[in-house]
Amino acid sequence: MILKMKKEDLSVFLDAAKAWGELWGPTKREGRVSYSKVDSLSQMDLKATRTIIPPKKFLYPPRFTMFDFDPDGYSERLGDVQRRILFGVHPCDIHGILIMDKLYLETYKDPYYAERRDKTIIIGHSCIPDDKCMCFATKTDYIAEGFDLFFTDLKMFYLVWVGSSRGHDLIRLKPELFSRNIEKSDILAYTEYREWKQSQFKVEVDLEGMPDIFELGYTSPVWDNLAGKCLSCGQCSMVCPTCNCYNVVDDVDLGTSEGTRDRYWDSCMFREYSVVAGGHNFRDKRADRLRLWYTHKLQAYISQYGKPACVGCGRCVDTCPVDINVVSVSNALREQEVGK
Amino acid sequence: MKKLCVVLDEREVEDNPFKPQMWRIVRRYPLTYDTNFYQARPVDPDEALRFSYIPGQFAMISIVGEGEAPFCLSSSPTRPGMLEFCIRNVGTLTGSLAGLKENQTIGVRGPYGNGFPMEKMEGKDIMIVAGGMGAAPLRSVLLNILDDRDKFGELTYLHGARAPGDMLFREEFLQLKQRDDLRVLMSVDKDDTGKWTEKVGVVTTLFNDVGPIDVKNTYALVCGPPVMYKFVMQNLVKMGIPKHQILMTLERRMKCGVGKCGHCAIEYLYTCIDGPVFSWWDVLHMKELIGRGASDTTVA
Repeated sequence: MILKMKKEDLSVFLDAAKAWGELWGPTKREGRVSYSKVDSLSQMDLKATRTIIPPKKFLYPPRFTMFDFDPDGYSERLGDVQRRILFGVHPCDIHGILIMDKLYLETYKDPYYAERRDKTIIIGHSCIPDDKCMCFATKTDYIAEGFDLFFTDLKMFYLVWVGSSRGHDLIRLKPELFSRNIEKSDILAYTEYREWKQSQFKVEVDLEGMPDIFELGYTSPVWDNLAGKCLSCGQCSMVCPTCNCYNVVDDVDLGTSEGTRDRYWDSCMFREYSVVAGGHNFRDKRADRLRLWYTHKLQAYISQYGKPACVGCGRCVDTCPVDINVVSVSNALREQEVGK
Repeated sequence: MKKLCVVLDEREVEDNPFKPQMWRIVRRYPLTYDTNFYQARPVDPDEALRFSYIPGQFAMISIVGEGEAPFCLSSSPTRPGMLEFCIRNVGTLTGSLAGLKENQTIGVRGPYGNGFPMEKMEGKDIMIVAGGMGAAPLRSVLLNILDDRDKFGELTYLHGARAPGDMLFREEFLQLKQRDDLRVLMSVDKDDTGKWTEKVGVVTTLFNDVGPIDVKNTYALVCGPPVMYKFVMQNLVKMGIPKHQILMTLERRMKCGVGKCGHCAIEYLYTCIDGPVFSWWDVLHMKELIGRGASDTTVA
């Protein structure tokens, strides 16, 4: 279902939607964009291209408690999750959420993720690509599912995709703001928008054939060269919408035998990532860890699901302090450009 | 708050795959100087029925406050109601496990992993090759086959260890030599006791004593230290056992056991759900399964 809404009505709609839960959206503070809890539309920055951390942090927080334990056993900590409406999520990030959904909700459903996913309404918003966006190469520049509502800004009005029954329930809170009357000029405006968006991309990147190129380049000196620069800081994993790895620790309250079992974000760039008891490290070399990260995104995932586990958001391009990212790695492998 | 969205039923939490159940250690004794044997029974008797597994699968074991790690099951599902583990004291959690005594409890969840393809193996000859700690998971499949002996063909069990004192289940396996429905061949790299009655030499020397086997009809099950694989595999492939019938069970760091935490990833596979049992063809095809590394350029 696609509806039409006047631009000036968005604020009224979001105020009404707050009846469902807290409203969160992208805000800019000191030049940095992140999701914050907001009271109204006016506090949001809808022109910002990307937040530092993707919305995965709402569905799967950087650190949270899975269980409280005492000597008798483990009791799960569930049910205290706040209902949130996440407004302004871009297509690439919704694709990232879909990849997380596949991992966390299919076999062995993760109840912690499921609960947060359930209590988070995703309202997407069209975006303005910048010089780091590469969603055209990952085919994630548009989104057809995974959201409750999606707003495409066509200057004079919004086209509103309704993606779920509960998204439709939000519409029903203010049905007078929406119209089903899509006219020829609206379709033309949308076509024009797509052409404009396509023209905005500046990155030169091509992910076609990556699985074969990775296989062929398994022993390429490109990896050692990149490893020579990599700091193993793991920032790429923290900002990547599809990095899901986590570690688990038991935290004991001092002087007792009670405590919590906590789960927190991990990165395969960290040296201890593959260490087993006894000290054997399956990926001791930095080049091996770097290759794992990129192999997972651009070879293994494509082999299994037919598309990369990169959604083209450009955060690795934005974040990596030494310019190791999907663009530089895929180009280096394609061209066998070893560099200095 | 008024419920606005009728479709939003507060989904009930189903089984939490991360939640350990408490099991009580009922037997515990040393197998070697650094490795203990544990037998555990569930505190909640129903858990024993729910925990149905196949050889080659593993469980996540917790000690309250110490952490959690994956351990293979050494018991056979043909003997239900209890689980058995062999645990070597090599780290923090295993160190704490070594200190546990009978009647103390541990957290257990599972079983996880694919396990050995027991149904496919029915009617086939089975050759088991265990090196060192590799006997821990392979004991499960060995006992299972012995308990279901009629379902399988010829059974050969090869077991190598560094020294007699390092050999897991030494007496148990030596006793199996009395049986006439399987062949047990054992070796130690070095006999430091002077009392060792079996072969001395690396495990591959036992292949000379195996005798003729019907290779196309044989499944070989292998587990041992990484260094062992290369030589054992060369022997098995040379003998003519098909690559997809040579199976091994692998070790990786794991934090979840259910394909979420990422640590055991190898290309597009997770050792925890796609393994830990892989075939020799998987290893040749996948790289990194047994850490051959980028420098390995062998073709066959």
